[in-house]
Amino acid sequence: MPGPRSIVCIKQVPKAQELQVDPVTNTLKRVGVPSEINPPDRNAIEMALQIRDKHGGEVFVVTMGPPVFTFSLDEALAMGCDRAFLLTDRLLGGSDTVPTAYALSETIHKIGGYQLIFCGEETTDASTGHVGPGIAGHLDCAQITYCSAVQYLGSRVRGKRSVEDGYETWECPLPCVVTANFLSNKPRPPTLTGKIRVKRGGLTTTWSCADVGIDPDKVGIRNSPTIVAKVDTVVLPDRKAKIFRGEPRAAVAQLLDAMVADGVFPA
Amino acid sequence: MTLPKDKSEYRGVWVFLEARKGALREVSRQLLGEARRLADIRRSDVSGVLPGWNVEPLAREATEYGADRVYLVEDRRLETYTSRPFAKVVATLIGKHKPEIVLFGATKNGRDLGGRLHAMIETGLAADCVKLEIDDEGNLDMVRPSFGGKSLAHILCKQHRPQMASARPNVFRVLPRQPGRQGQVIRETVALTDADVDATIVTFEERTGQLARKIEDARVVVSGGLGMRDPKNFALLEALADELGGAVGASRKAVDAGWVPKDYQVGQTGKTVRPKLYIAVGISGAVQHLAGMQESEKILVVNQDHKAPIFEIADYGVVGDLFQVIPELARQLRERKAIRGGRAAAA
Repeated sequence: MPGPRSIVCIKQVPKAQELQVDPVTNTLKRVGVPSEINPPDRNAIEMALQIRDKHGGEVFVVTMGPPVFTFSLDEALAMGCDRAFLLTDRLLGGSDTVPTAYALSETIHKIGGYQLIFCGEETTDASTGHVGPGIAGHLDCAQITYCSAVQYLGSRVRGKRSVEDGYETWECPLPCVVTANFLSNKPRPPTLTGKIRVKRGGLTTTWSCADVGIDPDKVGIRNSPTIVAKVDTVVLPDRKAKIFRGEPRAAVAQLLDAMVADGVFPA
Repeated sequence: MTLPKDKSEYRGVWVFLEARKGALREVSRQLLGEARRLADIRRSDVSGVLPGWNVEPLAREATEYGADRVYLVEDRRLETYTSRPFAKVVATLIGKHKPEIVLFGATKNGRDLGGRLHAMIETGLAADCVKLEIDDEGNLDMVRPSFGGKSLAHILCKQHRPQMASARPNVFRVLPRQPGRQGQVIRETVALTDADVDATIVTFEERTGQLARKIEDARVVVSGGLGMRDPKNFALLEALADELGGAVGASRKAVDAGWVPKDYQVGQTGKTVRPKLYIAVGISGAVQHLAGMQESEKILVVNQDHKAPIFEIADYGVVGDLFQVIPELARQLRERKAIRGGRAAAA
């Protein structure tokens, strides 16, 4: 039996330490800020590649965003993905999770022939985790979220899903959306041969909304249900710390006396 | 996009009631309290929506925590949570009763459901809200941390209904239970067939030992950061946590370093905790970490660097070598406990 076609949805995000807010638009600054593949998406790519290592098949990678997102697609290709698709269109700007899930699911539908769809559990910039299950909702297919391991069974897929009190193993028919837990595996680095393949070109397909058949009245900031009305800076209350230092034994004794006096510990 | 013809048709505040092992999840009870407050402002009422099997007692319980009514859908296929049938049930009931607001716990299942549902019914969903208010126009002002916890974003969903939001456990406080408080339990039928069930849960491995001690529910959390230097040093924190009946947590840096599992992580991409006492050990205090623990009742910081930003939100601080301070703290706590025990025995 030939292996499955997996489609991995990735996002390019600003590096965690570089998060900055545009004071005018109240949105994340994305221009001129160092960016990377959303870290959990790398775990999703690795999950898909491991299935291909074992069963054959192919791994396609998809992103939606400005042309600079090619940077991340190239990296995914250099890691070993077979083909890449960039959905880019000004109409998509400012989309929240509803149009994003819609546009990605239309793109996946256009690619076609897939059995597995992978996403990271959430992004580090918006951290909603809503797009993966949203894609499953749009495509009306199965979903297994928060997976730390996945097994391809031919006509079905099995995923080990982390929940609050343990691990559930779900089995679903195909096609199925799987979201990968951050740190669930060790993503392979890009290889030299991979980079050479990228350099030769011809692996990435660029589509606009019209190419995919995306309804312009369902995407972009204008058609997003949510808006960011304003952004407040977090001001933390001053707790006026009682600080103890010096010889540990005496410092700890003074600390505990103070905590007992404040009623944190019983006398 | 399908917009409601008349937003005023949408009334009431709903809470998705999550059942786990025959009980309501604590976060569902907490959300009922918050829903009660919002419904009073909107002069509307609170409904719970409870898909499950043999869960009628939980519906009664929900009325005692603030629900005016509970829509109960019982079907064997809903005995444990899976995405598709639960999403179908909740979507069907939303279509039928048109709530103005729907709240979900930001648990694994709550997010799995909310994410699927908001795409199916095409409405806004704000994740991990830390505050909910009603604005001057009567919209739900959904406040969530953004940009790594450096700021709070106010999210509005002005044209679409319902307005949906999720909140993590312990963000809202549960109302005192009112035994005997009356509420309607309305049985609803949503036609489910086997075709609506695509996922089978083949195994469940329960977490045991230290991992089972959930930091979200612990009264004391002892967290370690990069200052722990080595994974084996977390044993020091475990000893202290055991002394205090608490659980061990970690900063993202300690998790990223592979020292402890992701379940330990406190912070923006981890868990939000609000214990009686939070002890931060060898953690410098990145804003992302603070976002997950700054609401703790008391905060004790142990760090060698007196300039570490985490001292800014501390109630107590010890500037010193954690490898000396933490064992000493555990020892003196044990000693004081023994003295208390001795006094009690003498009396």
